[in-house]
Amino acid sequence: MTSTPTEIAPAAPSPLRRLLPGAPAGREARGSTLLRHLAVAVFVGTLVVLVTNQLAPYQNLQVARVCAFLCVTAGHTVLVGLNGQLSLGHGALMATGAYTMALTQQALDERAVRGWWTLPASLLAAVAVTALGGLVVGLAAARLRGPYLAGVTLAVATLVPAVTTIFTGVFNGEQGLPFPAQTPPAALGAYFQPERWLAWIALAAALLTMLLLANLVRSRFGRSLRAVRDDEVAARLAGIPVARTQVLAFVVSAACAGLGGGVYAMLTATVAPGKFPLDLSLFLLMAIVIGGLGSLAGAVWGAVLLVALQDLPGLLTEHLSLSAGLAQRLEGNLALAVFGLVLIVVMLAAPGGIAGGVRAVRARLLAALRRRRATRSPDR
Amino acid sequence: MSPPATAADGLALHHVGVRFGGLVALDDVSLRVPPGRVVGVIGPNGAGKTTLFNVACGFVRPTEGSLTLDGRPFRPRPHALTRLGIARTLQGVGLFAGLTVLENVVAGASHTARAGFAAALFGLPRSDNDERRLRAAALDLLAELGIGKYADAVPATLPYPVRKRVALARALIARPRLLLLDEPAGGLGADDVAELADLVRALPGRDDGCAVLLVEHHMDLVMSVCHDLVVLDFGKVIAAGPPERIRDDPRVTEAYLGADVPAEGSAS
Repeated sequence: MTSTPTEIAPAAPSPLRRLLPGAPAGREARGSTLLRHLAVAVFVGTLVVLVTNQLAPYQNLQVARVCAFLCVTAGHTVLVGLNGQLSLGHGALMATGAYTMALTQQALDERAVRGWWTLPASLLAAVAVTALGGLVVGLAAARLRGPYLAGVTLAVATLVPAVTTIFTGVFNGEQGLPFPAQTPPAALGAYFQPERWLAWIALAAALLTMLLLANLVRSRFGRSLRAVRDDEVAARLAGIPVARTQVLAFVVSAACAGLGGGVYAMLTATVAPGKFPLDLSLFLLMAIVIGGLGSLAGAVWGAVLLVALQDLPGLLTEHLSLSAGLAQRLEGNLALAVFGLVLIVVMLAAPGGIAGGVRAVRARLLAALRRRRATRSPDR
Repeated sequence: MSPPATAADGLALHHVGVRFGGLVALDDVSLRVPPGRVVGVIGPNGAGKTTLFNVACGFVRPTEGSLTLDGRPFRPRPHALTRLGIARTLQGVGLFAGLTVLENVVAGASHTARAGFAAALFGLPRSDNDERRLRAAALDLLAELGIGKYADAVPATLPYPVRKRVALARALIARPRLLLLDEPAGGLGADDVAELADLVRALPGRDDGCAVLLVEHHMDLVMSVCHDLVVLDFGKVIAAGPPERIRDDPRVTEAYLGADVPAEGSAS
């Protein structure tokens, strides 16, 4: 093959390439995408609601946290996995959503505005403001590649918590902003577990996020995201506006992070910069890689993992009766260490992450089943 | 000096020059690709063939001269080409590695989708219909090119000639009236080149008549499929005309090959 010198710089293959799943198997779309995904969402939603009815308050809070993180990881995995833009700043986008949520709730409360709609309105504000932030970062990101993009998003990750401590008048510094907690509506009865109500709200947010993202991924926009990831020059020639697609991916991803951040803040009815350290951004990225990059199912695994690892040190100290000093050291580092180790194992052993592993096992089972059926009825 | 432009002019380059710093990549290049014609661009390595393509696609802006499409001034932008009925294949393969063959082909018709972002986000029937229509069109095209059975495969698992054909399908699904082929025979064996030649010859009869601009090293292919040839050397057009005249042009013989015109070219 001869190669005449081209002026178009070939798109550098993403370092994440190895971790990405192959193309989805040729599932022919039948019926309405919306109805199909809605049916799944309603089924899963009902199931989780039934489960929450059996859970203790703390466990319900864990479910709620998984749901809040799911909003974030789902959007994050679409950006990093499907569009190939590495973001280390999603913790900061979460913080943006959380602070918007807190400020809106405070403002509404001070003006004595009450009503069921204040929560969705605040969450919507969180989504809108964070999407706007995502637009700004995305516009910069569309001009940057690989490590440079990672660098900028890393700067965002450290910048946003810093902003809250600089403008203490608005954000109240390290103390953070408290706002009125969500209480279950009276219709559910006076003794309804508040944590269960929070879990339901978080569940609704997560299901909505997953539903919309699943629709998007199956549409031409999902295909464009992946096409742009794989080959920018070919994508442009195929009629896909590369920069616009990349910005769009960032906006969508940020909107999800904003919703997740808003819900996350709602769970404790307070925000503080300490809840959104740099670690969180790194954890989010590790979670989606371990869960399975570019896969919405992987985002679920990632969200579960995030909550499990947050609670791991507490569990250990509780059951192993460790000394106070050791417990404190574990508190800070155990999650990071475990996450790092799991990440290395996943990258070496199962680049598709948990979701990829599940897919492989399922494919093997299906193949075995088909073989068995074929041997049973050879004439078919 | 150009004749009056009509709607049937197709793509034309007028005295195009491209400079990269001190390097002159193209110098006073004029050429015309009328509808229904197959125009070949040949020349030694580094003669400016790829730069010419990049100018036509808008990846490179000419420092001098201009382009017209059907007689109207034309400032190509890569992502807007398919909408104007222009498609291009890339040197090598240039497929999307993470998309199936079918998805790769469908991606080539992105501009025909009617559903907007909201429809896609909510999974409305509008978006579903787009997908169904495009998938059906892509499957038809794959079947026509004899690679229908690979629809669900990932490019990396396929033999090179099949991948080249998928790339061609991705360009053709846009139903272009001008197809830019960048070394379509590169890396292909003799049988595949013969099939490619048949395919290229049939292109002007496709859809609403598809013109072709072809950059190629494979002499047999170029000589057998092109109506017109343009020979570039050091960024200049040194000869232009029908293949039989080019074949006997001593300037071409000298510039392109140093000595003999080969009786048979081979894919380099």
